[in-house]
Amino acid sequence: MLEVERLTLSAGGRTVVDAADFSLAAGEHLAVIGPNGAGKSSLIHALIGDTRPIAGQVRIAGQPLDDWPARERACRVALLPQASALNFPFTVAEVVRLGRGPHASGRRADRQIVDEALAACDIAHLRDRPYTRLSGGEKQRVQLARVMIQVWRERDAGNRLLLLDEPVAALDLGHQRWVMRQVAALAAQGVAIVSVLHDISLAARHADRMLALRDGITIAHGKPTDVVTAERMQQLFDTQTRVITHPDSGTPVVLHG
Amino acid sequence: MSPRRLVWLLAVALPICLLAAVLYGAVRLPALDVLAVLVGWDDGMDRLALIVRQLRLPRALLTALVGALLAICGAAMQGLFRNPLADPSLIGVTAGASVGASLVIVFGSGLAGFVGLSLVSLGAFAGGTAAVLLVYRLATGPEGTSVATMLLAGIAIGALAGSVGSLLEFYADNEMLRRISLWRMGGLDGANWSRVVIVAGVGALILAVLPRQAAALNALLLGESEARHLGIAVDRVKRRLVLLTAAGVGVSVAVAGAITFVGLVVPHIVRMLIGPDHRWLLPASAMAGAILLLVADTLARVVIAPTELPVGLLTALLGAPFFISLLRRRREYGL
Repeated sequence: MLEVERLTLSAGGRTVVDAADFSLAAGEHLAVIGPNGAGKSSLIHALIGDTRPIAGQVRIAGQPLDDWPARERACRVALLPQASALNFPFTVAEVVRLGRGPHASGRRADRQIVDEALAACDIAHLRDRPYTRLSGGEKQRVQLARVMIQVWRERDAGNRLLLLDEPVAALDLGHQRWVMRQVAALAAQGVAIVSVLHDISLAARHADRMLALRDGITIAHGKPTDVVTAERMQQLFDTQTRVITHPDSGTPVVLHG
Repeated sequence: MSPRRLVWLLAVALPICLLAAVLYGAVRLPALDVLAVLVGWDDGMDRLALIVRQLRLPRALLTALVGALLAICGAAMQGLFRNPLADPSLIGVTAGASVGASLVIVFGSGLAGFVGLSLVSLGAFAGGTAAVLLVYRLATGPEGTSVATMLLAGIAIGALAGSVGSLLEFYADNEMLRRISLWRMGGLDGANWSRVVIVAGVGALILAVLPRQAAALNALLLGESEARHLGIAVDRVKRRLVLLTAAGVGVSVAVAGAITFVGLVVPHIVRMLIGPDHRWLLPASAMAGAILLLVADTLARVVIAPTELPVGLLTALLGAPFFISLLRRRREYGL
């Protein structure tokens, strides 16, 4: 569904992503990990066409990203940015509804989708509150609902890709788990997911595959159990850790050393 | 308040204010006779019919159009700049227009006008649009138009225009100075049918096209890249908004001088009442702007009749208390 071929990005004359190479099938979840400034955000923004690569290519459903008309692309690819600049007092429901902008699915269908997404992100009780008066974590869930409904239904577009730049950064423990489950539910319906996550254990628990970046270079790419090792963590983050296996899920868990 | 209800209220209030603007003035006209002239039963050439047809009606229509244009352009600018305190003067229209008008007043007093527009109006329009184009060019690079640079360029051009204006005033004589300062205060006393036709032409274009940008403006409030992710052709929308606003404010300033406050505060008031959704905000602002300016201009003609107050004084005098009363409930508003 998503093919990234030797993608190289530069910003201000510096190479920020160097020949990233991976592909993603429908319903797969790839988590990108790495230290601050490793190029994770640059990579994820390039997948929606914000930055033009200096080499390599991104293809969605076999077609180069640049060839998709803006609106067609918007029906298939959505991105949750790290921070949002919205400072106008839209209500929560209004903000979420903006995610249906590119679609022509009709007012009634949209209203139902908005209701479903509000419930999915546990913000139904905030529906008529002004966005500007929410807490950081509530805002993040509103933005998440907005981008989720952009790729909500298989009827609207077959190949769908959801890009999440630190989706749980502002969330409490309970909502982190809640949100990751909703993302998994969307993946189960065929949406491919690329997320940037700082919580390695959380990433390992929920992603099918992981990509480790450092200084724009792919250090490792594969199943969580292969990527998350104490040695690799040392290499990525320059810090001592211990990696154990989660007693229930069998996925790797990173402990501070 | 529900947006639908506000739009209905404004739609009822607007014709009433228009009628009041025709009825009241230096002389108060009897309502039934005026109605007879307006609907065409009385096609005589008596004094009342002349006052209505040649003075009051064109002035009321021009006032409504200018108010609507200033307010809807202000709403669009605030959306584009994602700043509820932006107004069209931020991109240099008013400052440029002021220099254009002053230049003509100081140097071109002997020249004739063109189809009902005085030369001062033409100078103002030329100055206003030139300033916007300059600001837009400065802010546009190979990577698109930067809204932040546009804001800074607007401030720079505004400052430049301000000092050129001061220089002109320095060389102007007393009579010129008085004309410049009256122009700055704004006024609709130059109303005539050819002005109405010109403003109605530009206004029809803007009032038809701007509301169609409502969805794009809503998306733009999220941020530019977010709007792009939602499939909006952001640079095209920006160019369209800047050009339309320049034309709308440029022509308003040309026929009515620098009327402040309407473009800044009317959209703000409407947003406080019904929220920031541009699908309602744009039409409601246009109507509310028309109403505010009609009421202000009617009062300006009545309070110290037969002398007229500059309307710019009254827009602020009327709008500010209302705005302040809304500010006091800003907690509910969510700011």
